[in-house]
Amino acid sequence: MTPSNGAPLAEIRDLSVRFVSREATVHAVNGVSFSVQPGEVLCILGESGSGKSVTLRALMRLLPPRRTRIEGSVRVGGEDVLAMSARALRDLRGGLVSMIFQEPMTALDPVYTVGQQIGEALRRHTGIRRSAARARALELLELVRIPSPERRLDAYPHELSGGLRQRAMIAMALSCNPWLLLADEPTTALDATVQVQVLILLRRLQRELGMGMIFVTHDLGVAAEIADTVAVMYAGRIVESGPVAQVLGAPAHPYTAGLLASTVHGQPRERDIDAIPGSPPDMRKLPPGCSFAPRCTRRMPACRQTVPEPRFPEPGHMAACLAVPMPATAE
Amino acid sequence: MPDGTVLDPRDRGGPLQPLLIARDLKKHFPVKGARGKAVQAVDGVSFTVRKGETLGIVGESGCGKSTLARLLLHLLVPDSGELVFDGDAVNAPDGIRVGALRRQVQMVFQDSYASLNPRMPIRDSVAFGPFVQGEQKPAAREIARDTLRKVGLDPELFGPRYPHELSGGQKQRVNIARALATDPRMVILDEPVSALDKSVEAQVLNLLRALKRQFNLTYVFISHDLSVVRYISDRVLVMYLGRVVELGPVEAIFDQPQHPYTRALLASRPSMDPARRIEEPPITGDPPNPIDPPSGCRFHTRCPFAEAVCRTAEPMLDNWRGTETHAAACHMLDPASGHSRAGHTDIGRA
Repeated sequence: MTPSNGAPLAEIRDLSVRFVSREATVHAVNGVSFSVQPGEVLCILGESGSGKSVTLRALMRLLPPRRTRIEGSVRVGGEDVLAMSARALRDLRGGLVSMIFQEPMTALDPVYTVGQQIGEALRRHTGIRRSAARARALELLELVRIPSPERRLDAYPHELSGGLRQRAMIAMALSCNPWLLLADEPTTALDATVQVQVLILLRRLQRELGMGMIFVTHDLGVAAEIADTVAVMYAGRIVESGPVAQVLGAPAHPYTAGLLASTVHGQPRERDIDAIPGSPPDMRKLPPGCSFAPRCTRRMPACRQTVPEPRFPEPGHMAACLAVPMPATAE
Repeated sequence: MPDGTVLDPRDRGGPLQPLLIARDLKKHFPVKGARGKAVQAVDGVSFTVRKGETLGIVGESGCGKSTLARLLLHLLVPDSGELVFDGDAVNAPDGIRVGALRRQVQMVFQDSYASLNPRMPIRDSVAFGPFVQGEQKPAAREIARDTLRKVGLDPELFGPRYPHELSGGQKQRVNIARALATDPRMVILDEPVSALDKSVEAQVLNLLRALKRQFNLTYVFISHDLSVVRYISDRVLVMYLGRVVELGPVEAIFDQPQHPYTRALLASRPSMDPARRIEEPPITGDPPNPIDPPSGCRFHTRCPFAEAVCRTAEPMLDNWRGTETHAAACHMLDPASGHSRAGHTDIGRA
């Protein structure tokens, strides 16, 4: 199973995810579309509850099947993930696509050594023998630059520092040469001096191995460090997307602009920060129209009526906002 | 800076008396099952907090900044060292008692949910402090209503609610209200915005600044986020593994950092500009385990300029560069340390 030439590595069309319980239905993702090309790094940027992690999990169908209603299409490497059998899903997860999480302490199994856990993934997906798996695990620990890797192979997760645990998880994710790496806030729990090391490592590995990567974060600074393209999510929708330099350098959507202005990064100390007023909407009962309208300084009556269609201030740069002017040369 | 025009009857020492002096505070936590071993969480920390200022404390996880916050309120009792609040030694025979200290110093924690009683409507949580400190119930309720209004929450709308019915930002406003309900002079804020989304973080920072002006407060603001600390602090204290490595005015720390660790911390901040990405990590490795901290200068295992002297001798925190206000603990600053870069004007700039 390898991606065919020219086709996107991952393609999501009109994805909607609802979590249904007796009390309420949470509309976590509401019509999200994007694609990732081989070798591309897409950052999904959003605050808590924006649906960014749910979108990521939908790519591997890691959502609880009973309570989740998924609509739309999710294709990875040309295959329809939503139609896959349980067996095909097991082949997909950790094989073609793998994932790293925010908390390596909870994502790694505490009762197995790092070497055993990496070896297990290798043996499941490639069928190699135990000794060969151990040798490959050692190579992987070297690849992610864990110092004294032989010793660390037999270490339990709790014996490693936070940075080394995250590197071990990256090694495990890379063990079967995935085409697509999904990263869910992998540096958020790390200290500043360690975060930058892991970001640089991920960037280097992604380039050397030619992987595609979808990187979920709430941190604009992290997105600026790692992304080729950025998709900004708000209330389960992508409100702006495009090349990282355009989205962060000249944000078109008022939410992206507000997020940039409210992120503390060297503003003058005498003045208040331009905070976005209000708080994110209740995902159980979303307002009609643009979900950001209640907090938006540029809202007009039409914003409350329909969800804004995508507009393109520049080629490749999308913003779903009625206040964004249509380019004069639009076809 | 202290505002001389405001007269607080509780002000005993006058504007020049620091509100809080910490001298050589130590707190070690013994490790179970390993005799003689201890987490050296805070190991000889001294500083002052001036009246009306915001002192920022930065450092990575395990550096002891949260332990330090708890020592300042005697939520943890220091193993040794001394605290002086407005001229009165804390818990000394002729000094100020811990109960009296806590009337004047309050705290806001990072986890806004865990620090509220889930079974208590928030108006009762906020009224609890004044009630315990001697107000009658109706008066305490009135204070709670008033304080909720000050932090931007409508007491009629939010007062009867329970913590789980509030967003993260609203819960943190309740915690700030609870801290202010006892009319403190000083508030210790331990990572107060770290768990909040960026758009809400900015709202809470603006609120904290406005409240400080309005009530003439003094803040100790603990954070791992250097950008936030730069925005909110007048002076900054940088901690590494239980020790102070640098202390000075915010401009000096950010524009002329002297300690290699402070430089590395500053250089590790993402640029916010995809055209200027960080290509090489400023330092490698993780902060070491505080159970067995490195000898000498605790930063020597990660310092690109470490020499023999750094492994054996402990550097002194001093105003090496002749400025009264900016101190750092590094052998490269001490002309007599024997470090090959000692005394050079451009020490540590690789």
